Amino acid sequence: MRPGLRADRRVAPGLPAWIYLPALAGTALVVIPLAAILLRIDWAHFIPLISSEASRAALLLSVKTATASTALCVLLGVPMALILARGTFPGLRLVRSLVLLPLVLPPVVGGIALLYAFGRYGLLGRYLEAFDIRIAFTTTAVVLAQTFVSLPFLVVSFEGALRSSGNQYESVAATLGGRPSTVLRTVTLPLVLPGLLSGAVLAFARSLGEFGATLTFAGSLQGVTRTLPLEIYLQRETDPEAAIALSLLLILVAAAIVIASASRRLAGPVRQSR
Amino acid sequence: MTTRAPVRSIAALGMATVGIAATAAACAGPQSAPAPSSSPSGASGEITVFAASSLTSVFSTLSEQFDETYPGTDVHFSFAGSTDLVAQLTQGAPADVFAAADETSMAAAVDTGLITGVPAVFAANTLTIVTRPGNPRGIRAFADLARPGVSVVLCAPQVPCGAAGVKLQELTGVTITPASEESSVVGVLGKVLSGEADAGLVYATDAEAAGGKVTVVAIPESGSATNRYPIALLADSRNPDLAERFVELVTGPAGRRICADAGFAVP
Repeated sequence: MRPGLRADRRVAPGLPAWIYLPALAGTALVVIPLAAILLRIDWAHFIPLISSEASRAALLLSVKTATASTALCVLLGVPMALILARGTFPGLRLVRSLVLLPLVLPPVVGGIALLYAFGRYGLLGRYLEAFDIRIAFTTTAVVLAQTFVSLPFLVVSFEGALRSSGNQYESVAATLGGRPSTVLRTVTLPLVLPGLLSGAVLAFARSLGEFGATLTFAGSLQGVTRTLPLEIYLQRETDPEAAIALSLLLILVAAAIVIASASRRLAGPVRQSR
Repeated sequence: MTTRAPVRSIAALGMATVGIAATAAACAGPQSAPAPSSSPSGASGEITVFAASSLTSVFSTLSEQFDETYPGTDVHFSFAGSTDLVAQLTQGAPADVFAAADETSMAAAVDTGLITGVPAVFAANTLTIVTRPGNPRGIRAFADLARPGVSVVLCAPQVPCGAAGVKLQELTGVTITPASEESSVVGVLGKVLSGEADAGLVYATDAEAAGGKVTVVAIPESGSATNRYPIALLADSRNPDLAERFVELVTGPAGRRICADAGFAVP
């Protein structure tokens, strides 16, 4: 251990001093607006502002829909990631690019696309309409919009975890006569469980913050489709104080999620190096 | 010393921009007819107009006319929701003229000391029903929007078009259960255009702009739930002379004609 450590010290030259300047500017760009919102909070009225009926309805709806869409992401995204990481068939790269498209697509575009797929006169929606099933303006539409934008986050992070874990253990298990389902259940999934968790957390966070696709596809009605970001957008029109208070609520939730996943990521390498 | 260098270069850049602008103005002069005679002292340079989204087409048309009358001048627009614009102005956004879609927003701007002089109302907008082309649900009157099974989209009460909708419901005693409360007229129109909603409540001007893509059902009662559009000069204007002339154009005969063509009621 000791010689290795010394060798490390000799090789690592350290960072050039100038690199701290742009890095500092970048950090300030992120931190200053967040600090500004903190300073603008009307603390005396913070609790009443975030506990109004409209705010509570929005928060409850956000938590419910984000949970549902995260579950849907796991259900659909895990098999997708497994195939992308381990599967071999022609056109795999093309499929991956298509699946990851929502990652770089503006959410509004996603909303329009969903509208023309599941809307009343949409590609699939017109057949659902025949069965008297309507998705637009329902909570289902919110979950669908959130799943659409969050799915790639889960797929990409879980696929990464699968690739970095390698498949030596799986090969050994298969050599020992394990059937594919058994190997998947007893070897692969337990190995990459942390990766799956952080992927799910990421998907949840993305769902919680979804705005554009929801507004375009699902509409905005209290308790049905108006999630927290939509409520903030609307409150801003008449009650900026409430909008700021609700923004802080979302920032706190986001911070909790980031800190939770970062601490796990930090814990990983430390344990390995010791 | 090193910290001063960027400042100096920014100043130089500023000078360069002024230089380019001056050259551009000089170039524009001889090209476009007898400029100096038609634009007396002060009618030069550029102005920024903050205007409600519903004025987009009207003001764009008016700016062409303004360019003809005052060659070499430049009018820049920022179109957004009236409340957003007030928020931006309060935060120090540089502008010369403000035109709002409702008197509440203008009052907010007056209260925060942004406005100089008295705002002038130059147009009014009423609500109207829009349905899918051909009106398949047979909506004839405002009360039909409350029929069960008709999917109606409104503006949220928090925004001007929604406030007018609430007023109209109170006046007529009709209670609509909306499928969605959008944060802008654009949202309402979009839901009707895509066919998600059977009907929506929008401004007469938006219905006009949508052309044949929707069927318009007029609401006789809507005259009593009108949004009035005020325009005013901003106290922080850097070019009050040119700004004044733009306001004159909007409130004058040309402005009234173009507003009326777009579906606005003019005073």
